[in-house]
Amino acid sequence: MENLETLLAQGKQAVAESDTLAALDEIRVQYLGKKGELTSLLKGLGKLSAEERPAAGARINEAKEALQADITARREALEAAALEAKLAAETVDVSLPGRGQSVGGLHPVTRTLERIEAFFGSIGYSVAEGPEIEDDYHNFEALNIPAHHPARAMHDTFYFDAHRLLRTHTSPVQVRTMESQEPPIRIICPGRVYRCDYDQTHSPMFHQVEGLLVDRNITFADLKGTLEQFLREFFEEDVKVRFRPSYFPFTEPSIEVDIDRGDGKWLEVLGCGMVHPKVFECSGIDPEEYTGFAFGMGVERLAMLRYGVDDLRLFFENDLRFLGQFK
Amino acid sequence: MKFSEQWLRELVQPQIGTQELADQLSLSGLEVDDVEGVAGDFTGVVVGEILTAEQHPNADKLQVCQVSDGEQTVQVVCGAPNARAGLKTAFARVGAVLPGNFKIKKAKLRQVESFGMLCAEDELGLSEDHGGIMELAADAPVGQDIREFLNLNDTIIDVDLTPNRGDCLSIAGMAREVGVLNKVAVADVEASAVAPLVDDRFDVQLVDGHACPRYLGRVIRNINPGVETPQWLQEKLRRSGVRSIDPVVDVTNYVLLELGQPMHAFDLSKLDSGIKVRLAEEGEKLVLLDGQEVALSIDTLVIADAKGPVAMAGIMGGEPTSVTDATRNIFLESAFFAPLAIAGRARSYGLHTDSSHRFERGVDWQLQRKTIERATALLLEIVGGEPGPVVEAIAEADLPAVRKVHLRHGKVTAVLALEIPAPEIEEILTRLGMQLDAVEDGWQVTVPSYRFDISIEVDLIEEIARVYGYNNLPVHTPTAALPIPPIAEARLTLQSLRRHLVARGYQEAITYSFIETGLQKSFDDQHEAIALANPISAEMAVMRTTLWPGLAKALQYNQHRQQNRVRLFETGQRFLPKANELVQENVIAGILAGSRDAEGWTAGKEKLDFFDAKGDLESLLALGGYGDRFTFVADRHVALHPGQTARIECNGETVGHIGALHPSLVKKLDLNGPVYLFEVALEAVISGKLPRFSSLSKFPESRRDLAVVADQTTAFEEIRQVVEAEAGEFLQQVTLFDVYQGQGIEPGRKSLALGLTWQHPSRTLNEEEINSAVNAVVSALRERCGATLRE
Repeated sequence: MENLETLLAQGKQAVAESDTLAALDEIRVQYLGKKGELTSLLKGLGKLSAEERPAAGARINEAKEALQADITARREALEAAALEAKLAAETVDVSLPGRGQSVGGLHPVTRTLERIEAFFGSIGYSVAEGPEIEDDYHNFEALNIPAHHPARAMHDTFYFDAHRLLRTHTSPVQVRTMESQEPPIRIICPGRVYRCDYDQTHSPMFHQVEGLLVDRNITFADLKGTLEQFLREFFEEDVKVRFRPSYFPFTEPSIEVDIDRGDGKWLEVLGCGMVHPKVFECSGIDPEEYTGFAFGMGVERLAMLRYGVDDLRLFFENDLRFLGQFK
Repeated sequence: MKFSEQWLRELVQPQIGTQELADQLSLSGLEVDDVEGVAGDFTGVVVGEILTAEQHPNADKLQVCQVSDGEQTVQVVCGAPNARAGLKTAFARVGAVLPGNFKIKKAKLRQVESFGMLCAEDELGLSEDHGGIMELAADAPVGQDIREFLNLNDTIIDVDLTPNRGDCLSIAGMAREVGVLNKVAVADVEASAVAPLVDDRFDVQLVDGHACPRYLGRVIRNINPGVETPQWLQEKLRRSGVRSIDPVVDVTNYVLLELGQPMHAFDLSKLDSGIKVRLAEEGEKLVLLDGQEVALSIDTLVIADAKGPVAMAGIMGGEPTSVTDATRNIFLESAFFAPLAIAGRARSYGLHTDSSHRFERGVDWQLQRKTIERATALLLEIVGGEPGPVVEAIAEADLPAVRKVHLRHGKVTAVLALEIPAPEIEEILTRLGMQLDAVEDGWQVTVPSYRFDISIEVDLIEEIARVYGYNNLPVHTPTAALPIPPIAEARLTLQSLRRHLVARGYQEAITYSFIETGLQKSFDDQHEAIALANPISAEMAVMRTTLWPGLAKALQYNQHRQQNRVRLFETGQRFLPKANELVQENVIAGILAGSRDAEGWTAGKEKLDFFDAKGDLESLLALGGYGDRFTFVADRHVALHPGQTARIECNGETVGHIGALHPSLVKKLDLNGPVYLFEVALEAVISGKLPRFSSLSKFPESRRDLAVVADQTTAFEEIRQVVEAEAGEFLQQVTLFDVYQGQGIEPGRKSLALGLTWQHPSRTLNEEEINSAVNAVVSALRERCGATLRE
C-alpha cells in the first residue's frame, strides 16, 4: 500500500511517454489489467483490518481511475494525431484539372435562334416549321408575288424545276399555317432559307425567323410596339429604333426597321408589315374581320451585330476556333 | 436611280439642305443609298485656253503649253496627248487645291518650269476618265471658275427604289414626292404641242392591243446630225449615270430621265413601210443596239416593219434601224407597253435596260403625248428639222382602267391606331395626285395613271402612313387572350437534345444543305439526290440525303487546322427522293474522331472506338425514357466499315445508322481515322413516353452471375433476348459486365459475363426458384445460341 503513490506516478509517466496505441495498451495491461500492478494491490486488501479496508480500497480505485483517465486522454490524442497524419498523406493538388468530358457548345446561329424563340415564346408565339424545298405557290404566288413580278428579282431563287424551289424566305410557313389554322394565330417560323447569291456579305444559305400575329384589331401600333421591345431586349441596350416605309408584296404597309446602337449609324435589321389582304384571301381568312402583322429577320445578321462577328462566311466554315467562342 | 439634286430643284424648291432631303426621302420609302458631290473637293480651277503647244525639249511625251487663264498667260508642262493649241480645258492655277488636298505649286519638269496643271476629269473627281485633259466647249468663257462653268456645286442622290415605285423613276416623279413631303408646289415640265411643218405620216398598227394599247409616232425630217449635244444636257445625263451618245439618242434619254417615258428614235430611211406592234413570230431574229443577235421567242413583243422586227418593244431597239451620224430623217416613238407584256422578257435574254426597268414597273399610260411633244421641242432646238403630225394608234378598250378606290376614314384609324384628321388625309392624297370625292364614310379616290401600285384601300392607307411618317405613328403593346398552350410532356425538345450532346462534348455545326454530287454519292448509294437547276457551283449542286458529307467536310476542315479531337453534331433536314414524293426529314447526326477523352493528365491516350459513338447515341435515345424501343442491328452501308455498321431500328423500322467511316473514305477525304458517325431521324428521338409508377418491392433482390461462352458471331442481343425470355417474370435486370476473348477460351469463341437480378414484389424468392430460373436460362442458351457455361 505504501507504494501506491509511486505506482500511480510511474504509470502516469509511462502513459505520457507512450507514443503508439500499442505501447499505450501495454501500459494499460501492466497497471490496470487483471494481473496489473494497481489491480494487484486490491488483492492485498485482505491483509488489512475491516476498518482500514474501505478507505484503502477507495484510494486504490481512485488511483486506477486517475490512470484510466490519463490513458483515455492519451489514446484520443494519439488517434487524432494518426488521423491527421493519414489525411495529410491523402492531400491532392486541387489545382490539377478535373477528370471528365470537355463540354461542347451551340452554334451561334442556334444560340441566337433560341434566344429569339424564347422572347416570342414567352408572349405566346408558338414555333411553326415547314419544308425547305417549297413549291412556287407557297413561296411566291400565295404571298402576292405572281410570276414575272419585279419583286421576284429581289429573290435570287434556286430552282429544281418549273414548280419546285428552295424557299427564299420562311414566309411560306405563314401561308401553310394560315391555310390550316383559324385566327388568332401567333407563330414564329425559324429556319434555313436560300438565295442564289454568294459573296462577302451574301451566303447562299442563311437563317430567318418569320413572325406572324393575326387577330382582331391588330394595328400598325402593335407591330411597332412588338418590334421595338424585341430589339431593345434582344440587344439588352436602349437601342434607337426607326421605321422606314418599304415594299414587300405580302405586306401593306411595308416597313424596314433600322437600329442605332449609339454611334449615330442606322443599320437595317429587319423587314415587316401589316399582312396584305390578298395573302389573307389566299389562305381563306377574311381581311375585314382580321388584321395582322408579319416580320422577318436574318438570324446571321442579328448574331453578327450581337457578337461582333465581321464575316458572314465564318458561320458555315464550322471552324472549331470560331464555334468555340460561343459557349 | 441616280439624279442631280439641282435638276430636281428646278421643279421643286423645298427649304431644306441636301442631307435633310436625303433623310426625308429615305424615311418616306425612297431609300437613299448614297449622296455624293458631282465633282471632288477642289478650288482654284478655271477655264483655260491653250494658246500654243510645243514639244518639250527633254521629254518625248510632254508638251510645253502657253495657257491663258483670262488674266495672264503662263507656261504649263502637260503630258496629255490631246493638249493642243486652241483647246479650252480645265486649268488648275498655282495655289489651286485638287481632291485629296493636292496643292498645285510651281514646278520644274525636266528642267522646264510649269505654272499650274491642265486637268483630266478624274483629277477633278468628275469621273474615272483619264483619257486626256478635259475638252470644254469652244465658247467656254476663259477665266471662269470651272465649278461655276460646269455647274459643279451639285450632288448626285442615288435612290434604291422598291419595285412598286415605278412612278418615281424620273425627275418629275421624284419632284412630286418631294412636293408632297414638304407641302410645296411642284412645277410642271413645259411640253406644249409642236405644230407640224410637214405632213409626213408613218402608219402604226396595234396587233396586240393588250400588250400595247397606245403608240404615238412622229416623223421629223431634215435634222442636222452633225451638231453636238449641248453641255447642259450632256451634264444632266452624266449626273444620272447616262452616257452621251448622239443628240437624238441623248434627247430620248433626257425625256426618259425627266418624265419617266422610255422613247425610241428610228432612222426613218431604214424602215420599210408601216409599223406593226405585235408578238414575235417563230424563227425571227433581231440584231440589237448592243450588237448581239438574238433569236426572239414568241412571247416577246416587237416593233416590226414590213421586213420584220426592228425593235424589242420596251426593251431595246434594233441596230439596223438605229440613228447614226448619217441619219437625216427620224421616226420618234413614244408608247405604252403593258407591264405584264414586258415583265421578265428582258431578263430572259439576259438584258436589263432603263426602258425595260420602267415598263416592267409601269409607265404612266397618259404620258405619251406630252413626252413626244417634249422630245420634239428639244430635238428642234438642238438638231433642227421639220416635224410631221403626231400619229396616235390606240386600242381604247385595252388601256388600263382608271382605278377608283373606296377609302374609309374609320379603316385608316383602325389600321394605324390613330385618327388622322380628314383635311390632312385629303391634303396628302391630293398632293400625291389622287382625286378625292367625299362619300359617307370617307372618300372615293381616283388613282392617277402613274400609280400602278395602288388598287385597294390599304394601299392608300400606306400612302397616308408613309407621308405622315411611320415614326410619328403611335406605339402599342399588343394585348391578347391568355390561353394555356398544349405541351406534350412525352415529347422532348430539340433544345434538350442539343444540350445533351453539348454536355457530352459535342460542338454544334451548321453545314450547307447542298453538296457536291460525287461526295453525296460516296455517302449514299440508295437515293438519287435531287439536283438544283441553277447551282452556284459544283460544290453546291445536290440536296443532301444525309448530314454525314457536310460533317465529314467540317471534320476535314478542322483536322487540317490541327484540331485533333473533334466531336460535331448537326440537326437539319435531309432530302430523300422516294417513289413519288420527296421526303424532307429532320435528323440529328454526329461525327467523332481523335482520342476518346481530351488530352490531359488523367486520360487522352486512348483512341475512340465504335462503342464511344454508340454510347453517346444511346444516351440520346434514352432521354425520352424509351431507350429500349431501339435496337442496333449489324448492317452494311456504302460509307461505313463493313464490320462496324449498325442500322438503328425503332419498332422494327429503320430510323438511322451508326458506324465507322469506311477506311477508303477516310483516305479519300484525307482524314485522320478512325472516324465514327451516327444519324437518326429526329422524330424517333424526340417522341418519348410518359412515366408510369409501379410500386416498390420491400423484399430483397437475388443476383446470380453467369459466364457463358458463345461463338464470336453470336450477337449479345440474341443472348440477352434468350435470357429475358427464360429467366422468369421476376427478372429485374440483365447486366453484361465483361466480354473476354483469349487465353482459356477457344479461338472463335468469346466469354460473356452476365449478372442477373431477380426480385418478387411481395415475398422473398427462395433458392430453388432462382436455381430453376438459372437452369432454364442455361439450357435455353445452349440450345438456341450454342452457348455454354464457362468451365
